[in-house]
Amino acid sequence: MAQQVFAYIIHKNGVADDTALEMIAAARKLDPDASVAAVIAGAGAELDAVCSELVSSFSEVWKIDNEALAYVNAEVLRSLLVRILPTDGIVLVPHEHFGMDLAPGLSIKLDAAYLPDAVDFEGVEDGKLKAVREEYSGQVSTHVHCDISQGAVITVRPGSFKADESKSAAGKIVDKTAEAMEGGLPGGARRFLEIVEAEVGDVDITKSDVLVSVGRGIEDEDNLEMIFDLAKAMGADVSCSRPIVDAKWLEKSRQVGTSGQTVKPKVYMALGISGAFQHVGGIKGAPFIIAINKNPKAPIFQAADVGIVDDILDFIPELTDRINEMKG
Amino acid sequence: MEILVCIKRAPDTSENEIEVNRDGTDIERDDLVYSVNEWDNYAVEEAIQIRDKMGGSVTVVTVGDENDEEVIRREMAMGANHGILLSDETFKGSDGRGISAILKAEVEKKNYDLILTGAQADDGAGQVGGMLAAMLDWPYASLVNFIEVVDDKKLKVGREIAGGNQEMHEIDLPCVLSIQTGINEPRYVGIRGIRKVASLEIPVHTAGDLGIAPESVGESGARTKRLDYFVPDLGEGAEILEGSTEEIIDKLLELLKAKGGIK
Repeated sequence: MAQQVFAYIIHKNGVADDTALEMIAAARKLDPDASVAAVIAGAGAELDAVCSELVSSFSEVWKIDNEALAYVNAEVLRSLLVRILPTDGIVLVPHEHFGMDLAPGLSIKLDAAYLPDAVDFEGVEDGKLKAVREEYSGQVSTHVHCDISQGAVITVRPGSFKADESKSAAGKIVDKTAEAMEGGLPGGARRFLEIVEAEVGDVDITKSDVLVSVGRGIEDEDNLEMIFDLAKAMGADVSCSRPIVDAKWLEKSRQVGTSGQTVKPKVYMALGISGAFQHVGGIKGAPFIIAINKNPKAPIFQAADVGIVDDILDFIPELTDRINEMKG
Repeated sequence: MEILVCIKRAPDTSENEIEVNRDGTDIERDDLVYSVNEWDNYAVEEAIQIRDKMGGSVTVVTVGDENDEEVIRREMAMGANHGILLSDETFKGSDGRGISAILKAEVEKKNYDLILTGAQADDGAGQVGGMLAAMLDWPYASLVNFIEVVDDKKLKVGREIAGGNQEMHEIDLPCVLSIQTGINEPRYVGIRGIRKVASLEIPVHTAGDLGIAPESVGESGARTKRLDYFVPDLGEGAEILEGSTEEIIDKLLELLKAKGGIK
């Protein structure tokens, strides 16, 4: 494969995101001989700090440095990238909120193929990449063929490739700012205003040692009482998955997941939670995970240490009674 | 405000366990309960709320066949003014780009101010909104969980980012937004509402009506193709506790005590 591979680097406060080194691993799986160029946008000293960190891992680091990119707006960045990227390159982008904003449109503007949310690569043959994706919130997987011969934009699921920590490159920083800015700063139709920080709730689940976490399997708002009863018996705090917040049954500050809170408990009990990757992605620090779900195929059983296949509505009240008995 | 909402009929994953069929060519579809894709339902609700404040109309559109009429009707029962089915033999096997190209052709038939899609659907791709916006050269925002109409030229929108934080933008109309769940509380659609729209004629637009070259969409135009479905071998996974409920609870309590799960 003679095509150049690019990895878009997300960064914050002068530090590259965990996905940066995962992109190298993904690129190597795509093409073991690939020289991988990092592409990064930002401003000033923070950008320079990330770049100097990246040169030990990437053969080239393409940077776009401009005051207007201090907070990167995907609508602006997309137009800049189109000016500097070759149309037949392979562009890897993390599949998270920024990548999802940037990448689909980028594939159109580069007239490149688009492969969203890849979790593994299984080789390239005759210009066709064989990749693995998941559908139905991870209940089934699929193989897909993506014709990458005329270029491709591929979003890669965070955490699906093991970070390449070898730091084996002695790369160089290539300043692409002038080329990217030729013709002026694009966009303007979508203007970034501000970040509204998450509201702090009555319980800070990021500090809890034991979490009893509830998902769609609870079925009805009135049933939440049994979860709070169990948590009380255990001395635990109550957290939840996204559907519970969407239904407005619990406040957003209790949501575990990539779009909610990142938690680091010692013990995590997932009750009626299917275990979409966005949820599991919010559980860090390798806690002991217990999953209870009536669907034996629920992806949460892959993340859990111990599983119980049962309807939480039947199981939880019995468990709570037993704990209360035990404690007298 | 003229609003178009792109919707998709999808298996309801809260009602179904999804299984791969015997030869891995598809999922088992025989007993599946279908509904409108959850994200799209939030998008339609949002469109209806904007229309009720600002005037104008809401049109729902899908790419598919006669089976998909039921979700168009469902969203019309919810309050959408119009429904359109984009259907043609040549559309079958389209990838995200193909679907976006078909939708683009429909968008260009009318003067829409705002296009909404769900942030993703059953295949988890989350691609059509962003592609459609790029094809139209309209501004785009993904994962939108807040919309406020500023005036007839622009909106204020919030994007859901990491950690429960929200990224606020001002965006010019016309634009495309992909809608995240939780942005509103979609209204209930009763049997009576469905009956009211049951006999409505849903206009069907074909490749010919839309001026789409057959080879640019469908299987022939697709650069990304699904080969099969499979259940990955993910290793051992969790140790499943077996026995009577009482026995299971015994084991669980032991584990909880050992791991510090009971204080």
